[in-house]
Amino acid sequence: MPDMETDAELLTRLRDGDEAAFVSLVSRYNPSLLRVARTYVPSPALAEDAVQEAWIGVIRGLDRFEGRSSFKTWIFRVLINCARTVGTKEPRHLALSSDETAVDPLRFDTGGAWVKPLESWESEADDRMVAASWTHALGAALDDLPPRQREVVVLRDVEGLSGTEVCDLLGLSENNQRVLLHRGRSRLRGALESDLEQRGR
Amino acid sequence: MLLSRKHDLVCQQVVEMVTDYLEGSLSRSDRRRFERHLKGCPNCTNYLEQMRITIATTGTLQVEDLSPEAEQEFTDLFRRWREADDR
Repeated sequence: MPDMETDAELLTRLRDGDEAAFVSLVSRYNPSLLRVARTYVPSPALAEDAVQEAWIGVIRGLDRFEGRSSFKTWIFRVLINCARTVGTKEPRHLALSSDETAVDPLRFDTGGAWVKPLESWESEADDRMVAASWTHALGAALDDLPPRQREVVVLRDVEGLSGTEVCDLLGLSENNQRVLLHRGRSRLRGALESDLEQRGR
Repeated sequence: MLLSRKHDLVCQQVVEMVTDYLEGSLSRSDRRRFERHLKGCPNCTNYLEQMRITIATTGTLQVEDLSPEAEQEFTDLFRRWREADDR
């Protein structure tokens, strides 16, 4: 991986009209922007439209962006506004279903204890072959998450925003944010576990 | 109800509390019960570690190189905008 310039450095160059800086910012954020945009629109093509709109919004708004918020929260805010305009007008504030569990209930006995022992992933986590396979599996699993879970997981765990920032950005209560994060992360853990099983360890 | 005794958590409850635990949003007494369970339960200890590894691995997903087509498309977008702006 090349030396990472900070967002602020790239923004400074972008303000000077440097198109390479623009392309760097785009490649830094595009995958996450697309994943979040998919939450609001029914097709990948519309998600790309929304993301492109957002980038235009970024270039246009550059002089007004004061850096009081991080660039990261700003770009996601711009995106969500664009995606809402492009997207369907379906109400998004559906109640969270209460029956989703972190782990398949069949893996616990009637007393609520694990039926089969759970293994440590410590050595797997350091294995480069596993890492490559996991990156692939996680990317796919992330795209398969229910949209609202995906949105929260992308912002929290891929982009590293704080819980407070995510609540603010998405208009979620702290509790709902945690529930979505929990379910999303639990599914991703399950995806890594399946990946290990398929590798037949 | 899964709760066998009032103060003891079972594994199936622990896995539902992991995120609240990591977010620091458990009450003090729940946190104590959670940690007490982990002390006596290697499986849930491993589960928590698996969740931490999952989160850390998700954090490495970020950077993907743009395809050459996408790079061209965004470069064009930028140039068009600049030209329009200069006019």
